[in-house]
Amino acid sequence: MSNTSAAMNTSTNGNQPKLSGPLAKASAATYEYLDDRTGLSAGLRRNLRKVFPDHWSFMLGEIALWSFVVVLLTGVFLTFFYVPSATEVVYNGSYVPLKGVMISEAYASTLNISFDVRGGLLIRQIHHWAALLFVVAIVVHLLRVFFTGAFRRPRELNWVIGVGILTLALLAGFTGYSLPDDLLSGTGLRIAGGILQSIPVVGTWGVFLLFDGEFPGTAWIPRFFVAHVLLVPGLLLALITAHLLLVFYQKHTQYPGPKRTNENVVGYPLMPVYMAKAGGFFFIVFGITTLMSALVTINPIWLYGPYMPDQVTSGAQPDWYIGWLEGALRMMPPIEWTIFGYTISWNILVPSVIMPGIVMTLLALYPFIEAWVTGDKREHNILQRPRNAPTRTGLGVMALTFYVILWANGGNDIIALAFNWSINSVTTLMRVLLFVLPPIAFVITKRICLGLQRRDRDKLLHGIETGRILRLPSGEFVEVHAPVDPDEVAVLLSKEEVLPLPMPPKRDANGVRTPGYAIKALRARMSNWWYRDDVPVVTLNELESGHHHAQEQVEIAGTYGVEPTVSEEVTAGHR
Amino acid sequence: MIKRPFAAAMARRRHPLAPLLVIVVALLGIAAVYAVVNAATAKAATSASETMVTKGSKLFAEGCASCHGLNAEGSSDGPSLVGAGAASVHFQVATGRMPLAAPGAQAMRKPPIYTEEEIQALAAYVATFGPGPAIPSAAQIDGWKTADIARGGELFRVNCAQCHHAAGSGGALTNGKYAPSLMKASPLEIYEAMLTGPQSMPVFGDASLPMEEKQQIIAYIEEMKRNNNPGGLSLGRLGPVTEGLFIWTIGLGAVIAAAVWIGAKVR
Repeated sequence: MSNTSAAMNTSTNGNQPKLSGPLAKASAATYEYLDDRTGLSAGLRRNLRKVFPDHWSFMLGEIALWSFVVVLLTGVFLTFFYVPSATEVVYNGSYVPLKGVMISEAYASTLNISFDVRGGLLIRQIHHWAALLFVVAIVVHLLRVFFTGAFRRPRELNWVIGVGILTLALLAGFTGYSLPDDLLSGTGLRIAGGILQSIPVVGTWGVFLLFDGEFPGTAWIPRFFVAHVLLVPGLLLALITAHLLLVFYQKHTQYPGPKRTNENVVGYPLMPVYMAKAGGFFFIVFGITTLMSALVTINPIWLYGPYMPDQVTSGAQPDWYIGWLEGALRMMPPIEWTIFGYTISWNILVPSVIMPGIVMTLLALYPFIEAWVTGDKREHNILQRPRNAPTRTGLGVMALTFYVILWANGGNDIIALAFNWSINSVTTLMRVLLFVLPPIAFVITKRICLGLQRRDRDKLLHGIETGRILRLPSGEFVEVHAPVDPDEVAVLLSKEEVLPLPMPPKRDANGVRTPGYAIKALRARMSNWWYRDDVPVVTLNELESGHHHAQEQVEIAGTYGVEPTVSEEVTAGHR
Repeated sequence: MIKRPFAAAMARRRHPLAPLLVIVVALLGIAAVYAVVNAATAKAATSASETMVTKGSKLFAEGCASCHGLNAEGSSDGPSLVGAGAASVHFQVATGRMPLAAPGAQAMRKPPIYTEEEIQALAAYVATFGPGPAIPSAAQIDGWKTADIARGGELFRVNCAQCHHAAGSGGALTNGKYAPSLMKASPLEIYEAMLTGPQSMPVFGDASLPMEEKQQIIAYIEEMKRNNNPGGLSLGRLGPVTEGLFIWTIGLGAVIAAAVWIGAKVR
């Protein structure tokens, strides 16, 4: 432990530390100086000892945080050299295959960063890889939060903030993808313009507003630049801060386990354990993205050439996080209506505006929808095992399947090329799968969850099957069951008994109609559907009789003189 | 009015079709002279190519006629080759696309089964069915070595990138057809492909892309082949799809492995 942290640690204990050495003295003096003027220690004493639970999956959000920091740091470097201007210049840099070509200053400066700024290509690649990792980590973190029910009360608002962060991350990514003004940038921008145009009534004017006239014009580069380096990151920073403060204030959830209750947090203090772990993890994330960027090309803009509105490249794709929208657009059949001389492009409107609008709204509102259906308004600080919420887990896998099919179709041309298939067949197949697979995924996932619940119940009631069969002198065969590890028992017992909402009476005792009966009945029916097939929770009585049964078995075995082997097996389970 | 008795007499005596007859006779005369002169000059040159044509006709009957017909008239299994030209034959056979291994959406590139000499013989034979693009000369091809690469890049992005990808790594077309990667194609093959427009490819004749521009395009493709990926592994130069695949597997895998390591309980 370094001298500084030793000083801070002992100060939080309230004792004046006895320190030796010049460095220790200096740090103690600095700390005292700061404390005298800011009253730092009162806040630190409370907050640095805050306990956080330990699990690798709690670090997924941290990956997002650290990759965001990496993106910020490298982004600052890039702004020193990037020129946000559409002014045409003759390229005269080091990249021979573009020498003498008229290109925008934006593209020229990105080429300059890649080939003529020392370390520029590495920094650009770190920026891009870390940006991809940022969104990957957000999504994986979101999945962890979803499948463990961490969004339930009191954390619904933090879920909404998280969805806001995800949306802003997509926006940050898209604006960043556009800035180099290479052929892919312009193609993506053209599609974005088309999507905006497809919105009835305001679309055309929206495009004029965004591009300051017809596409592409010259205004979008400085505008996207400001959005990319100032507006979106500023909002992201604000939301990330709010997200973290809420985690801090509401305390982190924890997985079920021994001595863990809804009212406590079992783990390690922030200082020094998590300071060290999180600080170290930042450098690991930075290191991994740097290694990746040093070894693997990302977005070789020099290969694509400058954007010209009359040019396009095959295999033009967005970055992965826009892939599901690209896939939806590629999947939609060509349906267009003309009403009173106005065109409604359902082929663009449905996959690019309506579908994502519904998906993102459902995502943001999911905690409230689930709470309404289940009627569960309790506070939850213990995470749920996915199997213990089979309907939610099923819905999650169903949504994920829907998303992944859209996403895969975004690369339908690459899939067709790589596997020598027909792109038409791939697209048709995806159209069918989009509607067929998700319901199947729901049913299968729910069944798997219920199966796991039954196994948990069996484990609690009968212990672990040891595979050791005893033949008693009476001829009876008995399998010896070892008791479950107490730590695991605590996890298995975490399943809560929840009953579906009761069906409301149509009329009360006085014959008065129940107000809002239809809605209440719908809610009760949905709640019933939600909890249908759930395996009953093991009651204490059952647990005791289960223990008793196991004990009886051991005793029977014992009376026939096979005790030593049995007790060996039994104690082996106790550890 | 001044009378012209002589002219009037001439007009009366001449048959109405006489001028036409004169023209036909004159044309026949020219043709006869041309045929004699041409045959005399071509005789020495054709004696060598005649053996090529004979050899080609044998190879054609063995390897091609079952689909393209004995007289290259075509069948339900293969198109007519009348007017296909030597360049087309050379491209298709030298890249191994012909003979077809199996019917499919598109002929695939594979190792050629004929030697260069045999391919030349086949090309010479097919060229006798009707005029078509000839195999480009060495002088036509080699011009790429001094051609303007950047200009070639512009031409490539305008004419080729929408199917073959901006980096020439290939792309999918409709119904199982595809624009192949250009990274294995030789300058001669690229030139021939532009001349003849094999399979789904349009013909880029000299009117739309003059020789110099074809050479520039070849120069750009050759540069793409040499380009040694300054950013590291190229991931197949297939764009954001393979990048996404990489970050979701290797990238995420590495950081999660680190997270598991950090989060592991000390026992």
